Amino acid sequence: MPGLSGRMSTVIKAKISKLLDRAEDPSETLEYSYQKQIELLQNVKKGIADVVTSKKRLQLQEEKYQQQVVKLDTQARQALAAGNEELARTALERKSALQTELQSLDSQIAQLEQQQEQMTASEQKLRSKIEQFRSKKEVIKAQYSAAEAQVRISEAATGVGEEMADVGLAMQRALDKTENMRARAGAVQELEAAGTFEDLTQLGSGEDDIDRQLKALSSTTEVDAELAKMKAELGTGGGSQGELGAGAQAAGGEGAGASQEQAQ
Amino acid sequence: MIVRISTEGQYDVSEEDAAGLNELDNQAVASCEASDEQAFRDVFGRLLEYVRTKGHPVGEDELVGSDIILPPPDVSLEEAKKEFQGEGLIPG
Repeated sequence: MPGLSGRMSTVIKAKISKLLDRAEDPSETLEYSYQKQIELLQNVKKGIADVVTSKKRLQLQEEKYQQQVVKLDTQARQALAAGNEELARTALERKSALQTELQSLDSQIAQLEQQQEQMTASEQKLRSKIEQFRSKKEVIKAQYSAAEAQVRISEAATGVGEEMADVGLAMQRALDKTENMRARAGAVQELEAAGTFEDLTQLGSGEDDIDRQLKALSSTTEVDAELAKMKAELGTGGGSQGELGAGAQAAGGEGAGASQEQAQ
Repeated sequence: MIVRISTEGQYDVSEEDAAGLNELDNQAVASCEASDEQAFRDVFGRLLEYVRTKGHPVGEDELVGSDIILPPPDVSLEEAKKEFQGEGLIPG
């Protein structure tokens, strides 16, 4: 049985047999093994708590993004009201990029939620296996000769050890995923700070150049549509916005002038 | 034969049904060697389903080691390549 899981169970078995070799008295081995299991169960609990913490962090991130989306939308409206279409476009582009990010964050949080539930169920299962080991331990101690007891202990300990390793693996995978999400969220924030949202699509994996261009195209179309909608709401589009024109000068003169030319 | 689906649980699969498992295992090796993601997803999915439907879940109060340990359902092709190689998880 080659490969990861094969290696893993070999490692566990090696650890267990080492454990069994150490003590000559089976009942001593049993107690030690049981103590070890209880200890490891604590680690599992800690691991689940880590996943919960990571999830909460992502949820906070999500809230922040949502606030930023609202803010960017407001900014776009303000910019447009002020006649600065370029600025409005930039804001809407950022909003669109953030919304894409929000969507993936959303599904990632849902995934974590599911993993957390699974791990909690696994912990429960592990707990009942350890409980099983505990009662078996008493029977072995009472009924079997030293040689027989060694064999039975080995069986039972392998069963628990494997369950333990499996919960450990599930936990490791969940944590690896949260780590990836956090790295991604961090990268997005850096980009945002640098104002280079054009490169956002490069964060996604497995996209080729055409995918990126298509994506850029569709997001431009979305932005155009939203821009048009905002204009309609604000009643711009024609030249009839006297009071808004005044705002334009306050917001930044030359951009506004250029965009009004474009609009007509 | 006790089969564990990593991160999911143990199943007791009869010796007769283990033959079908071996067949799927060999197909999984082939798809991994060909780096064919879609074929791998397909055959690995069938492998998991096979174990879940043909096998009986091992009770929570039983302490047994597994004869075969399958990778977790969300295993990537890259990870799987380390497992499904040569003879696969089941020799033969």
